Amino acid sequence: MAEVDIKNYNINFGPQHPAAHGVLRLVLELDGEVVERADPHIGLLHRGTEKLIENKTYLQAIPYFDRLDYVAPMNQEHAFCLAIEKLMAIEVPERGSYIRVLFSEIGRILNHIMNICSHATDVGALTPMLWGFEQREILMEFYEAVCGARLHANYFRPGGVHQDLPAGLDQRILDFCDSFPKVLKDMESLVVGNRIFKQRNVGIGKVSFAEACDLGFTGAMLRGCDTPWDLRRSQPYELYNRLDFNVIVGKEGDCYDRYILRVEEMYESIKIMRQCIEQMKAGPVSSIDRKVTPPPRAEIKTSMESLIHHFKLYTEGFKVPEGEVYAAVEAPKGEFGVYLVSDGSNKPYRCHVRAPGYPHLQAMSHIAKGHMLADIPALIGSFDIVFGEIDR
Amino acid sequence: MADMIYNFFYWLFGIEIYHFVAVILSVLLVALPVLLAVAMIVWVDRKVWAAIQIRKGPNVVGPFGLMQSFADGLKVFLKETIVPAGANKFLFLMAPALSLIFGLVGWAVLPFAEGYVVSDLNVGILYLFAASSLAVYGVIIAGWASNSRYAFLGAMRSAAQMVSYEVSIGFIMLTVLMVAGSLNLSEIVLAQKSAGLFGFNGYFLTPLMPMFFIFFISALAETNRAPFDLPEAEEEIVAGFQIEYSSMSMALFYLGEYANIILMCGVMSVLFFGGWLPPFDWAPLYYVPPALWLFFKMFIFFFCFSWVKASVPRFRYDQLMRLGWKVFLPMSLIWVVLTSAYVVFIKHAAG
Repeated sequence: MAEVDIKNYNINFGPQHPAAHGVLRLVLELDGEVVERADPHIGLLHRGTEKLIENKTYLQAIPYFDRLDYVAPMNQEHAFCLAIEKLMAIEVPERGSYIRVLFSEIGRILNHIMNICSHATDVGALTPMLWGFEQREILMEFYEAVCGARLHANYFRPGGVHQDLPAGLDQRILDFCDSFPKVLKDMESLVVGNRIFKQRNVGIGKVSFAEACDLGFTGAMLRGCDTPWDLRRSQPYELYNRLDFNVIVGKEGDCYDRYILRVEEMYESIKIMRQCIEQMKAGPVSSIDRKVTPPPRAEIKTSMESLIHHFKLYTEGFKVPEGEVYAAVEAPKGEFGVYLVSDGSNKPYRCHVRAPGYPHLQAMSHIAKGHMLADIPALIGSFDIVFGEIDR
Repeated sequence: MADMIYNFFYWLFGIEIYHFVAVILSVLLVALPVLLAVAMIVWVDRKVWAAIQIRKGPNVVGPFGLMQSFADGLKVFLKETIVPAGANKFLFLMAPALSLIFGLVGWAVLPFAEGYVVSDLNVGILYLFAASSLAVYGVIIAGWASNSRYAFLGAMRSAAQMVSYEVSIGFIMLTVLMVAGSLNLSEIVLAQKSAGLFGFNGYFLTPLMPMFFIFFISALAETNRAPFDLPEAEEEIVAGFQIEYSSMSMALFYLGEYANIILMCGVMSVLFFGGWLPPFDWAPLYYVPPALWLFFKMFIFFFCFSWVKASVPRFRYDQLMRLGWKVFLPMSLIWVVLTSAYVVFIKHAAG
C-alpha cells in the first residue's frame, strides 16, 4: 500500500462567523476535531483611532473612546479623562467623581451581562441572552438619561462629567439595584449549575498565574487564576478606596472560573452603585476651572468672559502642558490604559491605547492548542473579546 | 388502512377501486396531515421557545401567527436554489429530498388507532429502526456533496452521532419487544394495556421506565435536537451540513427534521405510553377517540423537545460520544439482560 500523506484540515473561523464576536478571523488547523493551531488575524475593524485622535482637540477625542469597547463605553472615556487630568493637574469635585464611579460600574454590569450571556450562547445555551438583554436595556436607559445616547455616551469630560444626573435617576438606579440580583440569580440557575455547561467549561482554557503574567493578562483573565489584581484596589483611582467591595478571584483559571467570577463581580458592582448613590452629596459635577469645562449657558448671556471661554473651548480647545502620562482604569475587560504624550498644544501628540482584549486574544494560539473545535467559541467567550478595542 | 378506504368507497359510491389506488390514498391520508402538522409544530416550537425566552414569537401572520410557517414556506419556495460551484450537483440536490423521504417513510407503520395504520407490518419496529437509521444518509450526502469544510465537519459529526445512538435505541426497542412479545407496533400497543402501575396503559410505569428516559435522550440525539445539535451547531460550524443550502433545498431538510421529530414523539408514545390507549385503564377514558390520545401524548413529548432546546447548552463532540457509548450503551445492555431474564424465568414460568 502506498504511503498516504495525511494533512491537517485548515478552516477559516470567521470573519463572518456567528461565534466570532465581531470580525475575528481565526485560521484553525484541525486534526479531526482537535485544534492544532489557532491563528488570529486581526485588523478587520481597524479605523485608525489613535491617529485620528492626534488630529482632534482633547475634547473632540473623547467620543473615539466610546467606539473602542462599545459594550462598556464610559469606562474607556474614563481612562482618557484621567490621563488628561493627570497632565493638567485638575481636581474632580466629589459629586462628579461619584457619578463617574457609578457609571463605570454600570458599564461593568453592561459588559458582564453581555459577556456571560454570549458565553452561554457560545456553548449552545440560547436563553440567557434574551433574559440578560432585558436588564441591559434598563442600563442603557440610564446612559440615555444622563447623556442622551444609549451607546456612544461622551459623558465623562476632563474635570468631571458633562452634566448632573437628571431628577429621579438615583431612585431608578436604586430600584435596579434591588431587582437585578434576582434576575441574575435566575440567569445563574440556567447555566452555572448545569452539568453540560460545566462539562463544556471546567478545565477548558486553563491559564496558570505565571502564564497569565507572561501573556500580559489583566482583569478577569488574571483574577481567574487566584490573583487579586484589580486596579480599583491595587492602584485606587477616583473614590474607589472609600467604597466597600470585594475583589473576586477564581481558583483554577479556567473558563468556568472566569464565568463565575464575572457573575460575582456584578453583585459587587451593584454594591458599589448603591454606596455611590447613598454617599453622593449635592455639589458641582465638574471642575470649576473655566479653562477646561465650559461655563453654564445662563452665564454666557451675562458674562463676557464666559462667552470667550465657551468660544475658545469649542473652537481651539484647551491646551495641555507638555509631558507624557499613562493612566489606566480597571475596565470590565481588564486594564484599559491610555498613554498620552502632549507637546503643549491643543491636540495630543500621541495617544496610545492599551486595550485589555489584545493580549488576551494573542494568547489564543497558546491556549487553544489541544482543545477541540467546540471549545474555541467557549474560549472566545471567556476571553471577553470586543473588536472595537483590539483593532482600534 | 387501505382495506378500509376500499370498503368506504364501495359503501359510499358502490364502486370497486383498484387496490393500489386505495393504498395511495391511505399514504396521502397520512403524509399530507404529517406535512401540515410539521408546519404547525414549527410554530409550536417557536412559540414555546419564545415563551421561555420572554419573547412573543411569531404573532403577525394570521391569528396568533399561525400562518407563519406557511408564509415562510412560500418565501423559501420563491427563492433561488443556489448550487455551489464545487458541489456535486446531483448528490447536492438529492440529499434534502432523501432527508424528507426518510422523515416520512417511518410513518407507514405508526398506528394511529387499532387498524388505522398504512401498513400493519409484522416487523414494524425493525422497519422503523431501519428508516430512522437511513435518515443519516441525507445529512452525510449533503455534507459531502457541498464541498465545504464546515459542511463536511457537520456530516462527520452526524455520522458518528447517529451510529452511537442507534445502538442504544436498538437495545431499548429490544427490551420493549421482548416484554410485548411482538415486533408489530399495534400489538405492542395492545400488550401495554394496563401494563403499568395503577392500571397505567404503557410500559412507562414499569421497570422499563429508565429505558424511556434513555430513549427520550437518544431520540434528541437521533433527530439532531439540542443538546445534541452538533451537526448544525451554529456557534461552532455555523450551520454544519446545511451551510451551502438555500431556498427549498434547505426547507426540505427542515421538513424532514421536524417530520422525524414528530415521528420520534409518536414512537415514544407507542413504545412506552400505550400509543392510542388512554393513559389509564378506566372505562370512561375509552370514549375519547383513540387517535386523540396519541396526538395528545405526541404533543406533550414535542413540548419537552422544545423545552429542552431552550434550556440546555450543547454537548461537545467527545462528551456526546462518551455519553452514548459509556453510559447509554452499558445501561441499555444491562436492561436487555434483566428483561430477558424476567421474560424467561418469571413471565414464561408463570404463564
